[in-house]
Amino acid sequence: MDAFGGPIWSMAVSPCGSQLLVGCEDGSVKLFQITPDKIQFERNFDRQKSRILSLSWHPSGTHIAAGSIDYISVFDVKSGSAVHKMLVDRQYMGVSKRKCIIWGVAFLSDGTVISVDSAGKVQFWDSATGTLVKNHLIANADVQSIAVSDQEDSFVVGTAEGTVFHFQLVSVTSNSSEKQWVRTKPFQHHTHDVRAVAHSPTALISGGTDTHLVIRPLMEKVEVKNYDAALRKITFPHRRLISCSKKRHLLLFQFAHHLELWRLGSTVATGKNGDTLPLSKDADHLLHLKTKGPENIICSCISPCGSWIAYSTTSRFFLYRLNYEHDNISLQRVSKMPAFLRSALQILFSEDSTKLFVASNQGSLHIIRLLEGSFKHLHTLQPQSGTVESMCLLAVSPDGNWLAASGTSAGVHVYNIKHLKLHCTVPAYNFPVTALAIAPNTNNLVIAHSDQQVFEYSIPDKQYTEWSRTIQKQGFHYLWLQRDTPITHISFHPKRPMHILLHDAYMFCIIDKSLPLPNDKTLLYNPLPPTNESDVIRRRTAHAFKISKIYKPLLFMDLLDERTLVAVERPLDDIIAQLPPPIKKKKFGT
Amino acid sequence: MVEEESVRVVRCGGSELNFRRAVFSADSKYIFCVSGDFVKVHSTATEECVHILQGHRNLVTGIQLNPNNHLQLYSCSFDGTVKLWDYVDGILIKTFVVGLKLHALFTLPSAEDSVFVIINKEKPDVFQLVSVKLPKSSSQEIEAKELSFVLDYINQSPKCIAFGNEGEYVAAVRDFYLSVYFFKKKTTSRFTLSSSRNKKHAKNNFTCVACHPKEDCIATGHKDGKIRLWRNFDDDKKYTYTCLHWHHDMVMDLAFSVTGTSLLSGGRESVLVEWRDATEKNKEFLPRLGATIEHISVSPAGDLFCTSHSDNKIIVIHRNLEASAVIQGLVKDSNIFTGLMVDPRTKALVLNGKPGHLQFYSLQHDKQLYNLDIIQQEYINDYGLIQIELTKAAFGCYGNWLATVEQRQEKETELELQMKLWMYNKKTQGFVLNTKVNMPHEDHITALCFCNAEKFENPTLVTSSKDGHFKVWILTDDSDIYKKAVGWTCDFVGSYHKYQATNCCFSEDGSLLAVSFEEIVTIWDSETWELKCTFCQRAGKIRHLCFGRLTCSKYLLGATENGILCCWNLLSCALEWSAKLNVRVMEPDPNSENIAAISRSSVGSDCKYTPYFDNTSKSLTKIFFLTSLI
Repeated sequence: MDAFGGPIWSMAVSPCGSQLLVGCEDGSVKLFQITPDKIQFERNFDRQKSRILSLSWHPSGTHIAAGSIDYISVFDVKSGSAVHKMLVDRQYMGVSKRKCIIWGVAFLSDGTVISVDSAGKVQFWDSATGTLVKNHLIANADVQSIAVSDQEDSFVVGTAEGTVFHFQLVSVTSNSSEKQWVRTKPFQHHTHDVRAVAHSPTALISGGTDTHLVIRPLMEKVEVKNYDAALRKITFPHRRLISCSKKRHLLLFQFAHHLELWRLGSTVATGKNGDTLPLSKDADHLLHLKTKGPENIICSCISPCGSWIAYSTTSRFFLYRLNYEHDNISLQRVSKMPAFLRSALQILFSEDSTKLFVASNQGSLHIIRLLEGSFKHLHTLQPQSGTVESMCLLAVSPDGNWLAASGTSAGVHVYNIKHLKLHCTVPAYNFPVTALAIAPNTNNLVIAHSDQQVFEYSIPDKQYTEWSRTIQKQGFHYLWLQRDTPITHISFHPKRPMHILLHDAYMFCIIDKSLPLPNDKTLLYNPLPPTNESDVIRRRTAHAFKISKIYKPLLFMDLLDERTLVAVERPLDDIIAQLPPPIKKKKFGT
Repeated sequence: MVEEESVRVVRCGGSELNFRRAVFSADSKYIFCVSGDFVKVHSTATEECVHILQGHRNLVTGIQLNPNNHLQLYSCSFDGTVKLWDYVDGILIKTFVVGLKLHALFTLPSAEDSVFVIINKEKPDVFQLVSVKLPKSSSQEIEAKELSFVLDYINQSPKCIAFGNEGEYVAAVRDFYLSVYFFKKKTTSRFTLSSSRNKKHAKNNFTCVACHPKEDCIATGHKDGKIRLWRNFDDDKKYTYTCLHWHHDMVMDLAFSVTGTSLLSGGRESVLVEWRDATEKNKEFLPRLGATIEHISVSPAGDLFCTSHSDNKIIVIHRNLEASAVIQGLVKDSNIFTGLMVDPRTKALVLNGKPGHLQFYSLQHDKQLYNLDIIQQEYINDYGLIQIELTKAAFGCYGNWLATVEQRQEKETELELQMKLWMYNKKTQGFVLNTKVNMPHEDHITALCFCNAEKFENPTLVTSSKDGHFKVWILTDDSDIYKKAVGWTCDFVGSYHKYQATNCCFSEDGSLLAVSFEEIVTIWDSETWELKCTFCQRAGKIRHLCFGRLTCSKYLLGATENGILCCWNLLSCALEWSAKLNVRVMEPDPNSENIAAISRSSVGSDCKYTPYFDNTSKSLTKIFFLTSLI
């Protein structure tokens, strides 16, 4: 729906959750009523001169603060009139800047309004009198984001210089109740603008242009100083962005606004272990598919045969047919998508490329049969009554009989595709699933969870396998559990049923179920033993987890055939090279 | 034994003024500083010393105003006493005998009858902060033996202790931790910084501490130049700190202003930094203070600051960061190449001062008169740089002329030498550069001497050098049609068998010049520059040469490196006597026939310098009597 105020710059939901504020380009603040089935316009607040860039509710819901250009307005929600207009100093290190943009405001329950602006200031205002209480100049560039903790005893701001500052409410003296806001620690974990910050009860979370999500735990709130309290830097999404057509050796790369299709190169040379072989045929960039409109791509998939590509944005679903004529390829959009296929959270093709499985965000699973150039909707598996959970991970068995689907919170459901009904549900687990796969022949479902646990569940037997029970009983190696990134992909070797291949962003692992499990005393990351070592030692040190850390950051790894493995690395330097240059800061000694 | 009595040591001053923080009086009219065994009271307006509080028998290590009477001052000393002074009249009121070596003193308004001192317990490195109860008594000297222990294992420097929030707690720093002792709760909290050897934390050491006067906030300075502001430190878990970083080198001292709105810091950069509202972006600077800031103190009235510097100077600074007064003591450079000289005109002691300067220091008033910039180049303070050094200086013609030699040697073969001659200008009452001679010699200049005889109208200067030559420089007319001017030129170059010239000396009447060439002393006629005679004793290289004066003018004294003092008779051209005395410095008394020789005697393992005066007119037995006193 349209707010009729030009571009919307800011939004804020009321503390009780029933009202929504929208700040528009034309300077208007509009209040909307949120009802279970729709959002309804309620009224306009006094219109301001320039765009409303930030909004914040008073926790009681009676007042709001709106940050504009050069001033902050405080509105009374009941009357809709501006109570105070607080002008912000344009001065910046003694020089008058053109404008002072209020990037963020926060309204505290004691009536204090905290503003962050483009002149590098964090300012405290008294909303009752409309006066400036305290001013902290913290940066030479914009302060772009602010987040307050629930207790209102600390907040965090992010600047365009990549610094995150922590402010705390501390008592002035130990025996008085007077408290003041003090800037405490700066954190420099970013190289570029910090566009968004969040304050959880135990951590500060920040993210920005440099594509990193940084979680910095607050040490004083952490009970035990163990590995969980360490700083985390998340660079890649915890999802699979690449799909592969094994038959045609194609890789489909999903970017925010486009898809790229590449054909892998090949070689005829042979060499020793560790050699880099010359390519006889270079990799081909076959396709560059841009989305229409501003929406990001949510998910994409290429069929194993390589003749179908499907992707989805937040509101539309696209299916393309690829035709190969020698070296040329032609792309043909499959039109007339059914109305229920509006958006998808996950798309999967069956192994023989005859079926398409789409997990929609309403919680249902659509099964579509693909014919030459057209399709037919076969069935929709509706979610169980009472649950609204959407499925975001899918796995299909190679024989095409089973479909496993997992939602955001635990629960993996296994469907029988022949009978189009629920076969069984894997016992619930506390941590979300990060990867799913069904092994060929045995139809064992391998599930990786975000706490790094791996389960193997036999679909025909409807129970965990013996190996899974053993490893749960013994527990995983502590180093395995301390890895930072989740497993994003699981695959199997067609000829070696005892092997499970899985990877995260920093390692690739083959689990050999026939070997003994490692305990905490054994070396988990043992490099390949030297050849001159005797077989006895090699056998003694061997354990089920064969881990390789050669490729990192590793985005995708899969077997193409029995003898070929494809790995996709995304060097961080390449991403950084594409970013705009960071704000130049004078460094001492340069 | 007559000689022993005639040698009397008079303490003229020149002590360290920067040993401890200076203290302001309550009305900011006076500033107090420790000075050796004394406490000096200076006026902040005129810089003049108003009183010298004498009475301690060892180094004064701490001064504080009496918090209950602002006209009284406490001082403590290594002699184990705490003394209470009336500084307005300069009278000692009371002496409290503690009996332990006291390293620092603190007073608190809340603790009326006690003071805090740092004492040394048992091991040489373990220092304790204790409270000393000062008993009330009418007598002048009172025993104060009631000590109560406060903090153990602290740093001996008073910069590492600070009392906060009107004496509710005391903060102490040492190495990598900050400990806070709360008097009411009687608990100590300890906060440790990472001390791992990696590059990031290697210089986390605490160097100084200061407490906010109004709030519960502790500021600590660190070796890497950071300042940390600690808050919430009454909670072992919730404590938090923030960093201020401007200094690139160690923070030497910190002080909060009286209201606590600003924090002052200083270090080797010689810049006083004022942090306003304890924010990193809001800071003011007072740069170019000349030397490392060692201490910062703030007047109780809040209108003045003062900084003590490593060059023995105290600068009084206004609240608006303008330096208003400088109290300069004797600058002690690590190397005094020029030796000690007396300016004949002002009778001031002249020696190396600030880098590249000669300081003129009045012994009578114990204050520096002025600094003469000799090298006239910007001094760059950085570790490992090879600086130009002022190595020699000499006064001539009753203080009308000053000759200086500066050198810089980067490598063995690359020597930069410069000789400058300065003329005294009566109008400006100062020395003005007259002649600059680049590379006066090929090698190091070993000695420089003016001919000071009255009959010599033409000023003459002799330089001797390791290149084997001695050069005679005379003042000549350098006038042209534009101006009348004089300048110095080389008149004669002498040498003796390619030996290195080690010293030179004019006789009293200026008729003879003695130049020593390693082991040989040559005597030259100063009229014709003819070699008159030579003396050779084969007793090692001659280090010092000195003509006798008045009735002893027929004698020439020479001291060698091997510890032999020789006396030659110039009339008979023969050795008169010789003695075994390892002379380090030899200087004639301008008013008598005595010559002072300072020799190095080894007592036990360490060496000490003992002064001896010998009178060349006395018989040989007298000289030997003197040496037996060593």
